[in-house]
Amino acid sequence: METHTRSASTYDVLRAHGVDRRRFLKFCTMMAAAMGLDATVVPQIVEALETKPRLPVIWLHGLECTCCSESFIRSSHPIAQDVILNMISLDYDDTLMAAAGFQAEENRKRTMKDYSGQYVLAVEGNAPTADGGVYCTVGGETFLNILQETAENAKAVIAWGSCASNGCVQAAKPNPTGAKPIHELISHKAIINVPGCPPIAEVMTGVLTYILTFGALPELDRYGRPKMFYAQRIHDKCYRRAFFDAGQFVETWDDEGAKKGWCLYKMGCRGPTTYNSCPTFKWNNGVSYPIGSGHGCIGCSEENFWDDGPFYERLSSIPVPGIDSTPDAIGAVAAGAALIGVGAHFISTEVRRAAGKKIGSDTEAQGKEGR
Amino acid sequence: MATRVVVDPVTRIEGHLRVEATLDERGVIKDAMSSGTMWRGLEVILKGRDPRTAWAFCERICGVCTTVHALASVRTVENALSVKVPPNAEIIRNIMFLTQMVQDHVIHFYHLHALDWVDIVSALKADPAATSAFAQKVSPSWPLASTGYFKDLAGTLTKFVESGQLGIFQNAYWGHPAYKLPPEANLMAVAHYLEALKWQKEIIKIHTVFGGKNPHPNYLMGGMASAISMQGDNAINMERLDYVKTLIQGAIQVVDNMYIPDLLAVASFYTDWAAIGGGLGNYMTYGDLPQNGIGDISQFRIPRGIILNKNLSEVLPLDLTDASQVQEQVAHSWYEYPEGKDSLHPWDGVTVPKYSGPKPPYQQLDENAKYSWLKSPRWKGNAMEVGPLARMLVGFASGKTEYKDVVTEALGALKVPPTALFSTLGRTAARGLETKLCVHWLMAEYDNLIANLKAGDSATADTSRWEPSTWPTEAKGYGFTEAPRGSLAHWIHIKDAKIENYQIVVPSTWNASPKDGKGQHGAYEAALLNTPMADPKRPLEILRTIHSFDPCLACASHVFGPNGEKLAEIRVR
Repeated sequence: METHTRSASTYDVLRAHGVDRRRFLKFCTMMAAAMGLDATVVPQIVEALETKPRLPVIWLHGLECTCCSESFIRSSHPIAQDVILNMISLDYDDTLMAAAGFQAEENRKRTMKDYSGQYVLAVEGNAPTADGGVYCTVGGETFLNILQETAENAKAVIAWGSCASNGCVQAAKPNPTGAKPIHELISHKAIINVPGCPPIAEVMTGVLTYILTFGALPELDRYGRPKMFYAQRIHDKCYRRAFFDAGQFVETWDDEGAKKGWCLYKMGCRGPTTYNSCPTFKWNNGVSYPIGSGHGCIGCSEENFWDDGPFYERLSSIPVPGIDSTPDAIGAVAAGAALIGVGAHFISTEVRRAAGKKIGSDTEAQGKEGR
Repeated sequence: MATRVVVDPVTRIEGHLRVEATLDERGVIKDAMSSGTMWRGLEVILKGRDPRTAWAFCERICGVCTTVHALASVRTVENALSVKVPPNAEIIRNIMFLTQMVQDHVIHFYHLHALDWVDIVSALKADPAATSAFAQKVSPSWPLASTGYFKDLAGTLTKFVESGQLGIFQNAYWGHPAYKLPPEANLMAVAHYLEALKWQKEIIKIHTVFGGKNPHPNYLMGGMASAISMQGDNAINMERLDYVKTLIQGAIQVVDNMYIPDLLAVASFYTDWAAIGGGLGNYMTYGDLPQNGIGDISQFRIPRGIILNKNLSEVLPLDLTDASQVQEQVAHSWYEYPEGKDSLHPWDGVTVPKYSGPKPPYQQLDENAKYSWLKSPRWKGNAMEVGPLARMLVGFASGKTEYKDVVTEALGALKVPPTALFSTLGRTAARGLETKLCVHWLMAEYDNLIANLKAGDSATADTSRWEPSTWPTEAKGYGFTEAPRGSLAHWIHIKDAKIENYQIVVPSTWNASPKDGKGQHGAYEAALLNTPMADPKRPLEILRTIHSFDPCLACASHVFGPNGEKLAEIRVR
């Protein structure tokens, strides 16, 4: 990324904050830890934050519910204030920006021009494609056109949440507005999918800080998701797994098993087929996660989760006995389905290609794999 | 010559809203249009699904007022299936409701509304020592008010501005003549913008304790999924409850010692806005916070009622089950009704979407044609305002002591008469006063939960109607709540254990609705009329009044089904 003389680096801004070097280095170390990175990359983070101007970000909202933005501002490390003031330059975001109307649109266009090829496009929600796109317009223009126009010269595209990654609730059957996820509407761009309804706050800020630090997208899986956050099944890291293995299940709500915190598999829990960081990071700075508060996982980071059967019905037709192996078998089936579905995910090839290589030409931080 | 002002997108709201205003030669707004420019079709998607899962779909209508649609939805299904939730579940729901109300109102004030009143650039000129003195005068009990604290902040701001990357503050209306705060007040407000941003993620952890996550915590038809086991280590226990209590105590500090003092301090510079933006003068609330089950309206903390024509001496009754009261019109909405019909109750609602607006990209909408994806709900033919101001006025006019006390105290502090409430400033102040009530009710509900547990009751769910085999072949029901933005109701028709029809009438649809068949404006539109604008190219005045309602367009515009399907034909049990 080229350095603009008029732009201060993150460290400059932090220093003005009264943050001394010692605290700055500690912050960089914590960021590395939050991203699951080895301590050896800390110097790279320090280097990135010391010398780079804040990363320009255009954050568009399509058909969505703004839960992703709400989740984003819940981030505890880094906190939203640090991200917005010190790390990125949030040049356009309907929800937070002070300007409105044509002044708002001017901001978007200015960043597209001044930072062509350097800004990140973050998309919350998706675009309706039915009836010429009239189901979502901004400034008199269809969101579909705005999305494609803004993506054109973006350095990378972040698809926040399940709406942008998979379609989510408005794309559930019968998908009345023809809502489509971002990767079906934008081609020839590096796209990173960050699914979840919403994604975990620290996953969102972690993705941003990774891009900022390494000038590249993190390593992605075949669904375009960052492996560092979506490689593990909920079931494999769930603290209630021991009860599953012991055959101790909640049988009805508020029964003895519920009070003892037993496994929610029989109540429909989608932990065995859902890939996300909920059991490791937990939510809202480690307070809990759905299973920890007595409700099964509804699989909100998985494609088509709304149409994947009522989420209180146990993953059907596969019997519980052979207790240990069953959800693993289900997980294997899901992975198989994922492989079959890969053809449809033509974009993932793009993504993987983009993931490894650096996307800022004069950035020193290469796209390290991170683990 | 008349001037047309278009604001699209209206930012610092949820969803997509367009406002067009026509000004006379003196720069005063003479006509206004509010247009919802998105539509998602949730009700169609709900059709045929398991009613027990409806709350999760509905919750995704909005992630800002997350929980409110989930709560309305579980109440709707419980009403249809005659499920009575255990007292603990009702109290936990009240705690989650109040947590949402407090957190959402604080975010609205600081992050969505404050920049309409606070000039960031002016804050750069503030003297840190004078800011410290000002802040300590405004709130002697708020600890973060030293000269050093404000000096650090001023340094940060200066450096930020000098970086040339202004981010979310770029190209706004700084220096507009309608900004009236002194630099010190502006700097203090910026400090509290950032403090509130840090704090909102704390209070919301109450949702995470009981619902597993936020946004979009989990609810359960029949109660709550978070079991209670005071002798166990793997459910709601003393540690979890202590944590909740600590978060509530922190919230009380923030509301009493930061939000309310800030609100009154800022308002004292803008009392001219107590005469602007009044609008309809008709107010409605369904009521909420049951103390004796959702069926006993007389025991709600937030009372139900209607006020017409600013008449505070009379609170009219409201009946959600009476088909003649709430009806919807489509005279200026992109939908068609059957011939001869111009107003329908949601139970008999017919929705044929038909976009007839200009082909995008367009410059202007036509106020004489259809111009919004929102319908126009009306109560007995009257356009109504819903939300914090409506609730405070109904509470005040109902003679509820708690309401009268906070309203009287605030009016006294600002030295304005009760008529000042019917305004943009009144709306913004009412939200703060409601937050004050809510944050103390939060502790009261917590105490109720502890008292119930001490009495030996730890039940959190009624599962007698969980299995669809226990359900009647057909059932109909409704549920309601008071969302932060106002009155919300859902209607359901269950048939053969599946959702036959689902219908939702949302607060922002009431407030943001277009004109009806009689040409009556919706609440946003009416509130904009007669507002003088200093500079039509910088529409700060429009943003002030629209933001005072806290628009939520994802909620307002999700509701209608496409392709001419008959969406709802529901009788409430």
